[in-house]
Amino acid sequence: MRAHIYITPKEGILDPQGLTVGKALRNLGMKEVTSVRMGKYIEMELPRTTRKKAEEITKQACDRLLANLNIESYRFEIVKET
Amino acid sequence: MRFAILVFPGSNCDHDAYHAVRHVLGEEGAFVWHKERSLDGYDAAIIPGGFSYGDYLRTGAIARFSPIMSAVQEFAQKGKPIIGICNGFQILVEAGLLPGALISNRSLRFISKMVYLKPEGQNSLFTAGLDTNRTYRMPIAHQSGNYLISPETLDQLERSDQIAFRYATPEGKVTAGANPNGSTGNIAGVLNREKNVLGLMPHPERAAEAIVGSYDGLAFFKSMAEYG
Repeated sequence: MRAHIYITPKEGILDPQGLTVGKALRNLGMKEVTSVRMGKYIEMELPRTTRKKAEEITKQACDRLLANLNIESYRFEIVKET
Repeated sequence: MRFAILVFPGSNCDHDAYHAVRHVLGEEGAFVWHKERSLDGYDAAIIPGGFSYGDYLRTGAIARFSPIMSAVQEFAQKGKPIIGICNGFQILVEAGLLPGALISNRSLRFISKMVYLKPEGQNSLFTAGLDTNRTYRMPIAHQSGNYLISPETLDQLERSDQIAFRYATPEGKVTAGANPNGSTGNIAGVLNREKNVLGLMPHPERAAEAIVGSYDGLAFFKSMAEYG
């Protein structure tokens, strides 16, 4: 299995990177962009696991290390390797 | 007082801290590699600044799982003093020994400059020997020093006297202009509830002798040695 993990700053948490990038996009003429939030994308290989086991491990990985739950939230999807 | 100075891969203020406590202050001290598991025989621990594990993932996020950190947790529970400076502060926050989080500076820039700290009180061994009517001048050097806490946590920290230092003007006024990085409430340093763990972004160990431009930081270590 493979986990695709998305970590983003929580709602209401200041995201200076996102703010700056949003400003740059508007300066480039893309006035439609009202907000940019920047996070992380992580891919994790979990060969020889069941979907259930992969979900369990990925959740643990996010809770214990990959995300700081004070300031970040995460979501992930488990896909079959091709 | 016998200081343990923790060393992680990427620590770079460890020697400054060692020099300040050993050679300037004249106390005892030794380096403790992060793979070690015990702090037996030490009276205080310094978690120095630097870029432990290259700041990968988040500042301090990997270092907090180093073997020595279990001993640091125990040390904290026993009420022994722990001071985390800069990256050390970030590690303590990630380890859950101090509240909040340290995110990118508001400016997104690395900031290296002298700042002025105003002690909030004298309620810990780190601050007992400081003068709350003056400011202490020392450098900051960080990319992620923006101390972030919710309004509720700020309220709680203020009520339990856990704020150790705020960024201020040289005269001691806590103003928005004196806030270098966007920290909530101009907070430069916080204590745990029990007041034996301190985290701060500025570098007292880099301001411990006149030859480096300020010796204001020495007072912090002197206070620890005297009141610890």
